[in-house]
Amino acid sequence: MHGKGLRGLSIATAATLVTAFALVFFYAPLDADQGFVQKIFYLHVPMAIVALCGFIFGGICAIGFLRTRDRKWDLRSYVAIHLSLILGVGVLITGSIWARASWGHWWVWDEPTLVSFLIIFLLYACYQPLRFSIEDPDKQARYAAVFAILAGAFVPLNFLAVRLAQPLAHPRVLGASGNLPSSMEFVFLVSLAGMVLLFITLWKYEMAAKQTRMRLKSLRQRLLSP
Amino acid sequence: MRAVSALVRKDLLLELRTKETVPAMALFALVAYVLFHFALHRNALEGDLAAGVLWVTILLATVLGVNRLFVAEREQGGFDGFLLAPVDRTAMLAAKVTALLCFLVVLELIAVPAFFLLLLGPSAGPAFPELLLILVLADIGLAVVGTLAAGLAVQTRARDLIGPLVTLPLLVPVVLAAARATAPLFSAPAGGVEAKWLAVLGLYDLVFVLLAYAVFDFLLED
Repeated sequence: MHGKGLRGLSIATAATLVTAFALVFFYAPLDADQGFVQKIFYLHVPMAIVALCGFIFGGICAIGFLRTRDRKWDLRSYVAIHLSLILGVGVLITGSIWARASWGHWWVWDEPTLVSFLIIFLLYACYQPLRFSIEDPDKQARYAAVFAILAGAFVPLNFLAVRLAQPLAHPRVLGASGNLPSSMEFVFLVSLAGMVLLFITLWKYEMAAKQTRMRLKSLRQRLLSP
Repeated sequence: MRAVSALVRKDLLLELRTKETVPAMALFALVAYVLFHFALHRNALEGDLAAGVLWVTILLATVLGVNRLFVAEREQGGFDGFLLAPVDRTAMLAAKVTALLCFLVVLELIAVPAFFLLLLGPSAGPAFPELLLILVLADIGLAVVGTLAAGLAVQTRARDLIGPLVTLPLLVPVVLAAARATAPLFSAPAGGVEAKWLAVLGLYDLVFVLLAYAVFDFLLED
């Protein structure tokens, strides 16, 4: 059962996220160039990292489904991709706000990480239309798994191609934590931990809800057909 | 091997008799050039813009072909016939990729010279033979990913929508690398091709050929 340990996990997630936000606003130093707006970094980058890992985790679960044919793996893959898509919307919105504040445009094409993320987001946006336009549940799971594997392998390939296409005109802020002062890096790691916990908690909640609903359905069917 | 050649022969014969897909792809490419001429308000293109127009046109024409790739199998019960035959299922993948590659080669034999004729500003002479290499590498990627996307989409209810929606984002790296590689060939003093774009195309082809080999069987199970 996925419902076990949810209370403790939820409390840990809430505590970590509150700590992370408190650190972001009261402890982390202001960025010398960008000022206050740079603090969106502590939300944007962890969300992007967690969303990408969620997409790849969905692909790995899909491999698990094709190997074992256990519907549980399909459900895991589906929930991971579903949550990552929601985080992906957040990544694009916060990235857009950050771009507006620091470069004056809502969208900049020469930030390779953001552009790659958009392409990956557009690809995964087809996951649900593909999945739900197949009625047969077994076939649905199989086709969704094939898509999740293809798209999971596409993620690193796409990052490589888009990164190569940029002349690297902008200073690399995203992803490169090597050049951060140690206090910023500490706050970033706490925010990342909070975001990871949030993803795991939401994933477990959705898994528990889906499994409970499935059990309820089968119990009701058994009740109605004596 | 015999199964693959039989399937390829079947697809090519079907195309030769019905002439449903390739003429439509070629015609689409020509219409796209006319549209680009008016939309961009240019008589002749060069450099980045020329490479972009050529590759977007080829990509969209490919999507047309991808949409029709499994139509005969679905409508005439070809899937059942194939699954009943005692052959490896990978034969279907190999045959469809080969058929789509043939379609793309015929398309490009028409669309690329037409592009030189209608839209390209600088002379096309210096673009060879590098352009051929780029076309071959890109075609492999287009054919493999197109076949996979067509196989995914053909069983869905909204297959005409799902096919292109899945194909286009997956092919962004191909268009990116092919267009960047082609751009210097179409510039007024023609430059050389950057090797890194050929490497990206080759890597993309390799990854998707292996992936297609690994997952295509799961699309043909019932």
